[in-house]
Amino acid sequence: MTTPAGDWAEVPGLVGVTEEHRETTITVEPEHLVDAALHLRDERGFTFLADISAVDYLGYGTESVSGFIGTPGGRDLNAPMTQGLQVVPAPKPKRFAMNYHLLAIATPPRRVRLQTFVDDGESVPSVVRVWPTADWHEREAYDLMGIAIDGHPNLVRILMDDDWEGHPLRKDYPLGGEPVRFSGEE
Amino acid sequence: MTTTANRPTGRAIYHGSRIPYPTPTVLETSQELWDTGDVMTVNFGPNHPSTHGVLRLVVDLYGEDVTGLFAVVGYLHTGFEKNMEHKTWWKCITYPERIDYVSYQNNEYVFVAAVEKLLDLDVPPKATWMRTLLCELNRIHSHLVWLGTSALELGAISMFWYAFREREQILDLFELVAGYRMHTRYFQVGGLAEDIPRGFYPEARKFCDWMPRAIDDYETLLTRNKIWLERTEGIGLLSADDAIALGQSGPVLRASGVDWDIRRDEGYLAYHQVDFRVPVFTEGDVYARYRVHIEEMRQSVRIVEQCLDRLERMEGEPWIADDRKVVLPPRHELHTSMESLIHHFKIVTEGFRVPAGEVYVAIESPRGELGCYVCSEGGPKPWRVKFRAPSFVALQATATCMSDALIADMIAIVGSLDTVMGEVDR
Repeated sequence: MTTPAGDWAEVPGLVGVTEEHRETTITVEPEHLVDAALHLRDERGFTFLADISAVDYLGYGTESVSGFIGTPGGRDLNAPMTQGLQVVPAPKPKRFAMNYHLLAIATPPRRVRLQTFVDDGESVPSVVRVWPTADWHEREAYDLMGIAIDGHPNLVRILMDDDWEGHPLRKDYPLGGEPVRFSGEE
Repeated sequence: MTTTANRPTGRAIYHGSRIPYPTPTVLETSQELWDTGDVMTVNFGPNHPSTHGVLRLVVDLYGEDVTGLFAVVGYLHTGFEKNMEHKTWWKCITYPERIDYVSYQNNEYVFVAAVEKLLDLDVPPKATWMRTLLCELNRIHSHLVWLGTSALELGAISMFWYAFREREQILDLFELVAGYRMHTRYFQVGGLAEDIPRGFYPEARKFCDWMPRAIDDYETLLTRNKIWLERTEGIGLLSADDAIALGQSGPVLRASGVDWDIRRDEGYLAYHQVDFRVPVFTEGDVYARYRVHIEEMRQSVRIVEQCLDRLERMEGEPWIADDRKVVLPPRHELHTSMESLIHHFKIVTEGFRVPAGEVYVAIESPRGELGCYVCSEGGPKPWRVKFRAPSFVALQATATCMSDALIADMIAIVGSLDTVMGEVDR
């Protein structure tokens, strides 16, 4: 549900503001991410970056609606969880979302989610200069989700091996992801 | 260039920022020092008893001074977040507990709270109070493990035995409640998995009577112990501004003089209804972190007592929400009610559905801000779960804290950041 920009109209590169579950999400253009981050930190007091969560929306909401036999997704009556969704969620503009969870340590404290969408192959500017704590969070987003971070001083894998192929948290990366030895599946 | 580390003598935390540039987590040896030819690079870990798991630090040494440092993590990466995308919501609850295997109930709670927020589900008061109680017992448990192991690393071996003596009592309480000593999986979406067993309250009371005296014992052993003071005072300095810029939270942040506690300032569970004090110390060193931990244990005992006062008057009240689309029906109904049987079958095989949306829930775990970002498609499994692990962030401060340290201080500093590697690597 998009609400009027209201207080957030001054955020550079603003695309929209949503208010859901008592949480505010500010969506900005990736090109203006650093400007928006600086604005929120310096003008709005969001000095604390709590977390960066990258999400892969590949295939999001493409399952058919349940309760109707003959849906294109099909339903296998012998297999649970094949009956689709009850409501198809709103589609996302691009494949990946980067969510920056910000906190203003004030009375009362305020939290906001800064969100930006990118497609595969596009890059997000680094916010390490704005919040130094973004260092490892951005490396994690690169490592597990394969999102290129522009301007990060040390963009190498953090959790996976240096020579690992692929990005495990992507939706097109299978669970397991590597053959189990001596299992006959090699 | 001095050969001995510059140790501030006063109690003021340094001026300006000490965060390394350009990479905030990599301390680099200056070219001038490299040119002397006396810099030695030492590998520390990943398997070392004092790394609290498998942490690897690559340290440049000039004599005994640490001049360069970077951390290598990921040795315990088990793909919890990927696995959770392939499990139904109620099966996922077991995973967060194993992420931080020392503060499992807090981890369990944050995920359950995020799902409840997406579902807009109300939890009965008895469950809320019991969750508060267990989270606080778990905080004491986590601090005891921290205290015991950190003191052990600095040579105070008896501390370890005393701390683990009380930890054993807490584990017995967990066993009494949930049947398991660790990874209790006692929180269910909507409330608790079972009613609180009879006999828990008197046992918990006994523990609350005993624990303050035990904490006095710890303080007798350490707080004015000359060796402990020399190993911890003025070591691993972190200023308030640097701590916030590096995203530090919990005891590390409060030891740097920032008065911030999510329990008090944002309020979740029953924390706005109990009386407790948030300890804040301004020295920003390892000793201040130790004092915060000790004081927090005392406050947690107070919270547990207040929870017991409430819970003892709630005998017979519901412990889980009455929402048959999410919560399993009572076991005895399965023999008589067709509806209950269907609900039970559907929840166990398919799982319940959570409306599409995204939430971020943050709580004060023993290690600091533990966040859980959950994104749902509207189906029976999470679309994406991401944990904001406080240990992961705390380790980022290593380079800043070590900026004028000696190699022997490294153990004290890494220990004082209170990291659990399972949580760092997830």
